[in-house]
Amino acid sequence: MSLQPLLEVRDLDVSFYSDKKAIPAVRGANLTVYPGQTVAIVGESGSGKSTTAHAIIGLLPGTGKIVGGEIIFDGKDIAHSSKKGFQALRGDQIGLVPQDPMTNLNPLWRVGDQIKEALVANDIAKGSDADRRVLALLEEAGLGDVERRARQYPHEFSGGMRQRALIAMGLAARPKLLIADEPTSALDVTVQKQILDHLDGLTDELGTAVLLITHDLGLAAERADHIVVMYRGSIVESGPALEILKNPEHPYTRRLVSSAPSIASQRLSSVKAREEVRQQAVQTAGEIAAEIATAEGVVGKGENEIIVVDGLTKVFMLPGDRPWRKTELRAVDDVSFSLRRGTTTAIVGESGSGKSTVARMVLGLLKPTAGTVLFDGYDTAQLKGKRQMALRRQMQPVFQNPYASLDPMYSIYKSIEEPLETHKIGSAKEREAKVRDLLDKVSLPTSLMRRYPNELSGGQRQRVAIARALALEPEVVVLDEAVSALDVLVQAQILELLNDLQAEMGLSYLFITHDLAVVRQIADDVLVMQNGKVVEAASVNEVFDNPGESYTRRLLDAIPGRDLLTTA
Amino acid sequence: MPKPTLPGQERYVAPIDETPLAAVDSVQVDEAPASQWKEAWKQLRKNPMFWVSSVLLTILTIIIIAPGLFTNADPRFCELSNSLGPAEAGHPFGFDKQGCDVWARTLYGARASVAVGVLTTLVVALLGGLTGALAGFKGGLSDTFISRVSDIFFAIPLLLAAIVCLSAVNNWFPDRGFWGGVLAVVAALGLFGWPQITRIMRGSVLEVKNYEFVDAARAIGASNQRNLWRHIVPNAISPVIVTSTVSLGIFIVAEATLSFLGLGLPFSVVSWGNDISSAQELVRSGTSLNVMFVPVTALVLTVLSFILLGDSVRDALDPKARKR
Repeated sequence: MSLQPLLEVRDLDVSFYSDKKAIPAVRGANLTVYPGQTVAIVGESGSGKSTTAHAIIGLLPGTGKIVGGEIIFDGKDIAHSSKKGFQALRGDQIGLVPQDPMTNLNPLWRVGDQIKEALVANDIAKGSDADRRVLALLEEAGLGDVERRARQYPHEFSGGMRQRALIAMGLAARPKLLIADEPTSALDVTVQKQILDHLDGLTDELGTAVLLITHDLGLAAERADHIVVMYRGSIVESGPALEILKNPEHPYTRRLVSSAPSIASQRLSSVKAREEVRQQAVQTAGEIAAEIATAEGVVGKGENEIIVVDGLTKVFMLPGDRPWRKTELRAVDDVSFSLRRGTTTAIVGESGSGKSTVARMVLGLLKPTAGTVLFDGYDTAQLKGKRQMALRRQMQPVFQNPYASLDPMYSIYKSIEEPLETHKIGSAKEREAKVRDLLDKVSLPTSLMRRYPNELSGGQRQRVAIARALALEPEVVVLDEAVSALDVLVQAQILELLNDLQAEMGLSYLFITHDLAVVRQIADDVLVMQNGKVVEAASVNEVFDNPGESYTRRLLDAIPGRDLLTTA
Repeated sequence: MPKPTLPGQERYVAPIDETPLAAVDSVQVDEAPASQWKEAWKQLRKNPMFWVSSVLLTILTIIIIAPGLFTNADPRFCELSNSLGPAEAGHPFGFDKQGCDVWARTLYGARASVAVGVLTTLVVALLGGLTGALAGFKGGLSDTFISRVSDIFFAIPLLLAAIVCLSAVNNWFPDRGFWGGVLAVVAALGLFGWPQITRIMRGSVLEVKNYEFVDAARAIGASNQRNLWRHIVPNAISPVIVTSTVSLGIFIVAEATLSFLGLGLPFSVVSWGNDISSAQELVRSGTSLNVMFVPVTALVLTVLSFILLGDSVRDALDPKARKR
């Protein structure tokens, strides 16, 4: 192996300027990449990992500037290259696979033409020669039927196929270094595994060095030789991948290793803690159920299974190929399950599996085509008027996107108070006391009350959303990908909060997620869905230790970094 | 299979005191919390655009309430002997062709012009906002109906339609007085001006409707009405505010155009449009620029201040635009 580094970043400082004030984004970053090597930069959002990558390829946004240090690529300092200099470098020296496959292809251009542009712009090939190269590149990226694919438009591709096309584009001019900025974060785990496996093979074959930017420590450890951990713009720890994972030394890295669900979910201690939570929750729930059975004004018979879903089916009618024809889309097909009081049932599936549609039907936000949802013994479809309002009180949702699930025009106080106001509960004074109490429950300072959602971080917003859901003292909370959009550390905190609340209030959770790794930390029962059907339903331990279906096994295998700590 | 460590890739751990760990997911809460209106006011105070426009609009308001404060001349007292006379004491901008005081006519004309602009904008924003919100929120048949009707109105040019309407009105009620004249113009412009706002509001509502906070509100038991008025409309309205302030200027200009054609406000009503139209002839013949300059400047300043005010108020009221 040649000992000449391909890329050396020395004491790199990057600042963003707003209102003439410099805000440092990267401080004194050092990293080295050797030819053919894979190096990963790991960090949360805002850690400066993407900024470092963009500085290397000269794609900092207009307000960003390299204020110090050097970037030595192939023996030359490129930190202060001109725009032209970077243009010459990009493509044939340094390639880029961007983050979001959905927005990084021009929707008006055929996929083949976009790859061809990469060839022509770098003077690799022209005309019909370029057309032949495009087909070869698409084939290389693992797309079949390439002649047809090259003539298709991006909207005809799935997310995974688009990412393959972007990889073909990034590698079109055979760069020495490929920067992959969260290349698979938007994709399902099984697709992610396929794409990364393919990328690994391809870069090995071509001898391309890869700088992988990711938030997922498990993924980084699995794919990279060398890991660089960034926190708040600085590198806090770097070293050989496995070593970092096994003996993290910096407190931040330790925190990261212990929170990453893909790795942490292997720990038995969390399972044991979970067991205690469960027992307490079931006990509390039992007491509540006994109360409900005799109380007035609530829907419920105090049954042990609080939600029973039977034969739930949803068919969407989509416009067909003629105006008068419709095609059927069976989003949810004959799904049955039950949720026991005080426990958590997780519905796991990839995008398009129908898991969110099930959640919306359980919540009564969507009318099922067939099948029934029983809430504590009552058919939710039969409830009208007052009883339906009462049902709404007893079942509350928390959604995925913490940025979209709070009304931006409502202050935090108003957001949490709204459910109380809608149901005309208490006087203004009592409501305020209740809101304070709820904020306390989700560990937010009451000083946040008068603030607006845009002033809060993602994790804080999700806490507010949970507080709002708890305002009506529900028995069931439907968590639709409620932690998926959060950074790992925040995610771990929210999961812990949910566990605590369950123990304290005897809540039952219906937990919708695409991330099997998270399931072990929170769920008791698991439902694995694929294409609208339930393929496996069992307890968490059964699913993890002894998966019955090949699809479940595929999902488990795709969890990045899963075996790194147990086998090594 | 331990690989030899390459130079530059040795194990490195940052000194801990250099990068202190913050509590996970902390956000500084330093300033005292403020209410939405206080916050908006704080934002507005910093905006020079707001100050310029509000000073101009305050002056305009005073002029509308009491034009006599700024001139002693009577806009309707015209002596042909003064025709196109130069500026003199008490008549700072001279006289027009009929021998009326230009400055006084511009001051008194503000009332009619601003009334047409503000009223038409309100009518259009209400009509367009309501229909747009309903079309976007209800969807289905109501959407199809509202959208097609608005398309039909959209296809008719605003001025042409107003000309046809007003000439009919002129035939039936030749003498309508001040408010009769103003309301006729407002009705004609409002009737054909709303489809633009409908489209904007509809698109905006369609977008906001899909946000999760709307689902969350439904799940807590909020009615459709509450959802629409409390959550969707406040979040969808800001493009309507912007378009409305811009179109306020357009409506004042449209009134001027209609009056110029002799169809807008009756000639007996003093308005910028009537003055500009009568001064047009003087500019064309090269006799005098002065007579046209004053009402045109007033018109431009008014339109500009409304646009600036609309812009800055929207920025201040929208918490999404506020940065930390």
